[in-house]
This record gives sequence, C-alpha cells and structure tokens, in this order.
Amino acid sequence: MVFLVVVLLVARAIYIPGDFGIHGTFTYNFYRQANVTEWQSVPVKYQGRSYCGSCHQRNYDLIMASPHSVIQCENCHGPGIGHPDTVKKLPIGNSRQLCARCHTYLPYPASGRAVIPGIDPGAPHAPTGMECYDCHNPHQPVPLPNS
Amino acid sequence: MIHGEIWTAKELWVLPNEYIIWAIQIVMYPFMTGLVAGSFVLSSLYHVFGIKRLEGIARFALVFSFALLPAALIPLLLHLQHPERGINVMMTPHFTSAIAAFGIVFSFYFAIVACEIWFLYRRHFIEHSRYLKELGRHKPVRFKILQFVHTVLTLGSFDTSEEAAQKDHKAIKFLASLGIPVALFLHGYAGFIFGSVKANALWLTPLMPVIFIVSAVVSGIALCLLSYIVVTEVRKWRSRRAQTRAVRATGPAGMTAVNLERYSAQSGEIQSVEISVVKMTSRFLLIFLVTAVSLELLDLVFRGYTAVNSWNILKDALYVRDYRNIFVFQYGLGAFVPLVLLLIPRLTLRRTVVATILVLFGVLMMRYNVVIGGQSFSETFAGYMHYKLPVIPYDLERLREGLVGALIVFIFPFILFYIYSKIFPVFLRESHGRE
Amino acid sequence: MSDELPEALPKEPTGSISRRDFLKKTGWIAAGVLAPAGALELIFGLKGASSAQAAEAATTAQTVPHWQFLVDANKCVGCGFCVKACKLENDVPYEADASRTWVERHVVTKDGVSHVDSPNSARDGFTTPDIDIGEGKTLQINPEDIAKAFFVPKLCNQCNHPPCVQVCPVGATYKGPDGVVLVDRTWCIGCGYCINACPYGARFFHPVYHTAEKCTFCEHRISKGLLPACVQACPFAARRIGNQNDPTDGVAEVIATQRVEVLKAEYGTNPQCFYIGLDSEVR
Repeated sequence: MVFLVVVLLVARAIYIPGDFGIHGTFTYNFYRQANVTEWQSVPVKYQGRSYCGSCHQRNYDLIMASPHSVIQCENCHGPGIGHPDTVKKLPIGNSRQLCARCHTYLPYPASGRAVIPGIDPGAPHAPTGMECYDCHNPHQPVPLPNS
Repeated sequence: MIHGEIWTAKELWVLPNEYIIWAIQIVMYPFMTGLVAGSFVLSSLYHVFGIKRLEGIARFALVFSFALLPAALIPLLLHLQHPERGINVMMTPHFTSAIAAFGIVFSFYFAIVACEIWFLYRRHFIEHSRYLKELGRHKPVRFKILQFVHTVLTLGSFDTSEEAAQKDHKAIKFLASLGIPVALFLHGYAGFIFGSVKANALWLTPLMPVIFIVSAVVSGIALCLLSYIVVTEVRKWRSRRAQTRAVRATGPAGMTAVNLERYSAQSGEIQSVEISVVKMTSRFLLIFLVTAVSLELLDLVFRGYTAVNSWNILKDALYVRDYRNIFVFQYGLGAFVPLVLLLIPRLTLRRTVVATILVLFGVLMMRYNVVIGGQSFSETFAGYMHYKLPVIPYDLERLREGLVGALIVFIFPFILFYIYSKIFPVFLRESHGRE
Repeated sequence: MSDELPEALPKEPTGSISRRDFLKKTGWIAAGVLAPAGALELIFGLKGASSAQAAEAATTAQTVPHWQFLVDANKCVGCGFCVKACKLENDVPYEADASRTWVERHVVTKDGVSHVDSPNSARDGFTTPDIDIGEGKTLQINPEDIAKAFFVPKLCNQCNHPPCVQVCPVGATYKGPDGVVLVDRTWCIGCGYCINACPYGARFFHPVYHTAEKCTFCEHRISKGLLPACVQACPFAARRIGNQNDPTDGVAEVIATQRVEVLKAEYGTNPQCFYIGLDSEVR
C-alpha cells in the first residue's frame, strides 16, 4: 500500500512539469510557467509598414501621401514574414472584394462608414469585368486622368 | 471544421464562436452517473435503513451500480478533445473547477462500492472456491477459471465464522452509509457543473444540483426495477422450461411429486418475492418522481416570475421551440403518464415495466433538455442554435459524439452487469446462503 | 463565548450532550475534515509561490505591464481587416468559421428591433447591406427603416476575474503576469468547460490543435513592444491597447479618465476591454 502510494507520487512528480504551480492566486494563476514564454516566442507575422518601406520606398511614399495612408501595406499584401528571404513574392490584393470592404455603400449614418465614399460594388462595372484598379491606383486612389 | 459545427445550425444572431460544444455524450454522462447514484441509493435503503422488503433488489442494485460506474466514465472520455490527457484532472486538479474533483470523487466512490461488494460476497467467494476445489482436478475449464477467480477474490481471507459474518455486516452497513453522501455528491456535483455556469441563463440556478440528485435517484430506481423485473421473468421462464423439460424427459408419470413440487415452488417463490419487491420499490419511485417534478416546476415558475433579462429568450426556447421535448416528452410521457400508471390501484408487472421505461425516457429527456437546451440559444439572447444528432458514423467525430457513441455508452453497463452477475450472483439472499 | 449568550437560553441540559462536549466534538470533526484537506494540499497543492518569488514579484510589479484594450465603436467602419490580420497572425485556419476577434454589425430599425450579424466573423468585412440571419438566409432592410446602425469589434475581454480560468479543471488556462488570459496547448484536455463558461463567446476549439483557443492580445507581439495584429491593421484607430501600469500610457489614461463602458458588467468578470460608443442593446 505504502509502496503503491510512493510509486504513484513518483510517477506524478515525473509527469508534471517542474514549473507547474500557483504563480499568484490558485483560482487564476495555476499554470505551467514556461507556457508564458512559449506564447511570447511565437513568430511575429505582420511586420508593419516601416519594414515594407525600407525596400519599397516609392510605393511607401506614394501611399503615405494619399488618403489611404491609414491602411497598412500588409492589410492588402498579406503578412510580410519570410519576405523577401523565403517568400519571394507577396500577393497583390487588388480584387473588387478588397476595395468593397470599405467602399461598399451602407446606409449607416451612425457609423464611420458614412464618411467614406461608398458605391454599390455590384454595379455598374462588375458585369463588364472591369476591376477597381483599372481606374484607381490603390496607392494613390484618385482617378487617373487618362481613364 | 470547428468542434460542434457538424451538429449545430445557427439561426438569427449567434456569436461567431458559439456552437453546441457539449453534445450527446454530455447528455449521457449525467444520465449514467444518475443511474449509478440512484441504484446505489436504492440498495442502501435496505442496507442502511433496513427496509426489509427491498432485500430482494438490494444486491441487484448494488452490483448494477458497480457495472454502471465505468459507463459514467466513457462518455467523458469520448467527448474530450484530448482523451489521452484525461489523467491531468488527477495530476493537476484545479479545485475551483467543478470538474476537477471528478477523478477523486469517482475513484473514492468506486472504492466504496468495490469494498461493499467484497464484504457482501466474501462468504460466497470462500464457499464457492471451496466447493469448486472439492470437485477435484478433472472438471471443465470454465470451472477452473471460476475457481481461480473466486479464490483470488477471497483476498486470502477464509474466515466464515459467525463473528466474521457479523463484522462483514457491520462493514457493509458502514460502507453503504458512507456511500450515500458520496453517491449523492458524485451526482450533485454533476448538477453543480451546469448550475454554476453563470454565462448560461438556463443552467444558472442553485436548484440544479438538487434537481439532478433527485432525478438521478428516480432514474436509478426505475432502471433497477425494470432490470429486476426482466431478469426475474427470465428466471421464471427458465425454471418453467426446466420443469416442462423434466416432465417431457420422464413423462408425467415418471415425475415424482417431490420434483414437481420443487419446480412449482421455485417459480412460485420467485413470483411472490417479485411482486412484493416491485410494489415497494415503485412506491419509492413515486416519492422521488413527485419530488423531482415539483423541483423542476418550481425552477420554471421562479424564472417566469422573476423574469430577468434572459427570460425573453428562455420563454421562447422553453415554451415554443423546445415545447415538444420539454412538455410532451419530459413532463408528459416521462413523468405524468408513469405517475398515473403507478398510482392506479392493483399495480401489475406490465404496467410497472411501461412506467419505468417511460420514467427512464423522461429523465434522459430532462438531461437532454438541460444540456442541449441550455446551449440552444445564444449568449446574445437574440439567436438560436439547433442540434442535429449525427446518426450515421462516417467519421470518428460522428461516431464518438453521435447516436452510435451514445448507444455504446448505454449498452456497455448491461454487458458488464451480465459478466459481473456470473461472479456476484445477484439473487443470493442473506438468509438462504447459496442459491 | 458563553458570556455572550443571552440569559434566556436554557442551561446546559444534564444527561444529554453538554455544550463543552459539543464544542469539543465539533472541533474534532472539523479537524477530521480539515486534516484530509491539508493532506490534499500537500499532495495536490504543488509548488506555491515562495516568499522569495513573492518579494521579487513585488519589486517588479511596477515594470510588469497590465494590458487593457480600448475599442472606439464610433470609429469602426466594418472593414474586417482586423479579423483578417488576427487569423493570419495567429494561425487560426482562414476558412474555419470561428475567430479570436470579430466585428458585429448592429442595425436597429425604427420599430425598435435590432438586426445583428457577423458573417464569417466579418473576416471579409461587410460588403452587402443584407443581414445574415443564419441557415444560409439573409434579410433585406429598407434603408428608410433604419434608425441607427453601427459596428462593434469584439475580442477576449481578458477579464480580471475570468470565469473561463475559474472552471478549467487542470490549470491549462490562466491569467498570465501581464493580465492576459492564455491557454496551455500542451495541457488542455479539451473538455470545453471554459468555452461554455465565457459569457462573451470569445473561446472556441482550435480546429488543428483541438484545444481551447482565444485571443491573447497577441502576447508574442505586445511582449516585444509591438502592437497586436488587429490594432496595427485597423486603419481608423478603432482598436487601441494600453498598459495600465505605465503612467505615461495614453490609452490607459483615456480608460482611467474618460467615460468608458464594458460588456456584460453584470457577470462580475471585471473585463479589461473597454468601449467608447457602445449601445445598450450590444451584449
């Protein structure tokens, strides 16, 4: 009996990681301490626009001078992790759906949506296959003079 | 697929992450623990409170409780996303969680029932192992195995004196008394698991553990009663068959009067014991059934009267969307009809069988309405989730948490009970010795 | 003790159990109950914080951050870039119909009925005026009938009294030193209790790891001095994060000095995610 208890306690001591315990209150802070470090060492994927600007100076300057300066590069191009070392090319998000995230007209006066220029993304150009970027450069969203 | 997406359909405004994540196995879990606790309480009514007329069913209920115990564990393991880590509950229990105590309470209860059964059958093991030993070396393998099992089960104690029997009796009474609070705790805290979830408007009530306990006793008694009747009928039928066989083999003339008398006396004795036990047990069933329904209705009335924020959606969920499940199946078929059936004078076996099946169905529906019903509306109080039980198990998820998984859980204890009854004869009467 | 008892109380009855005996026995019973509890603590209590650790914690209390979130619902336009960034940053499968953060659209019509949705957790924003009412159906609302309409971003509230942590049976979810509630993916057994215990619907099962999943305020970013992915991705500064323990932190100052609200305060969870421009019908 005593032997059994000892065996169980030893097995338990081996099974439970050494840093598992109460790090504060029992109710809210009973955990394996190394897990905090594990979470903190998850790789960062979104690098932020200054990282993009360090190479893509021209586009960076262009968008920063436009009303789209509030939009992060990676919102449309995807996270910059691994670029340019392993991920050679980031996607160029320029679909109609992407623009529609902000520029769909919604009749919501109380929301921030009311102050953004809004259209009906279904008409009139969608059926013709025309894309938004045919006329609007997302980096400088004013209609090009020759369109 | 997010866990729960398979069987959840959302309607109106449901939060994106909300799904019915506690599905059919969590309906089975309180149902099975309820049966465990209920059948134990039934057996204790005889062992502790000395209600003599329950003697016939007491052993039966105790062994059944023992067989149901592992079945209470299976639904939990089937529903865990990481069943291989289930042991963590024992390793690093976080006691502010209602689930954390499960491992400890469950093991403790298991030990109590195992000990009680051992004391109850100690004498039987000794006598049986001696008897089988006396048969000599040349006997069927089956007997050799039985002899081995019985000898091991004596655990090296061969004292069959009157003093030892007295001690056994004391131990049984002590364990049975200790077992009642533990059994009630085991199940009451299953109610606590739900009742303490403040995020769930249907679950949050201090009455939940009490309701769970009482309905547990109801279901346990009903199942024991039903199984008792079925098993006794089988025994009667066997004894009658043996009689006709004997008559056929020897011819009516060859059958001695003594023999005939023995057979008919045997079947007659079974009959009279059965009726008496059934009547007594169904009386207890009635008491607990009425209590359970009263408590549940009290809860319902309170919710309607206080009508806090959540009442609007609860009202709709209870009275409109789940009307059939709650008022037709749970209260109507599961409580009212059996109540009437049991109250009509001159109770017959057939009526009892129908009533107990309905009661079991009603308790299962109650678990279903609590577990699934509680998750059938959104935390926004503005949307609903519909549960669709996966029937065909064409992947592991649908097998584990589908109809097949639930049936496995339900059938398992009966198989186990059959095996146990080979070792622990459930109709052994203390006054009679070996049957 | 007996001195304080009123005179009217009957004297100790003779022949039956005396009060002294009773107290003595109660004491023994209490000891009997408590002794196993002490043993349990010995066996199960594991390693508590040592006094050295406690002292250390006291000295670093000023430097360890306590993160708080500030959502200005007035500024949200429902573009859903935050949800997209969150899913990609935190490896929540993009197609899975669950997300650590989401954006709700609330449309209140003139008859007082609110219509709320968050299709795909608003991963692709709101590009149609039709309301998703589940089961593949949508509801068209006449713009004339709209009384008010707005967007509300939501995420884990990192409650100071998190019910999800309280109910975890194994200590797999916890409140970390910086106030963020985390899940230990190597220890979670997947019982789902935390998911049901959260009043905000912030949790779900990760479809790959099969453990409870939730917003971490991007612990891996904020601990390196970066902004959470959703905060960085928000073009309109509707989402902001602050450190309560930093006296110079602007966001913490707004939370401390201006009128802010929290979600479902009645649950006593003490949420650390504060809102500006919340409507009473937002739950």
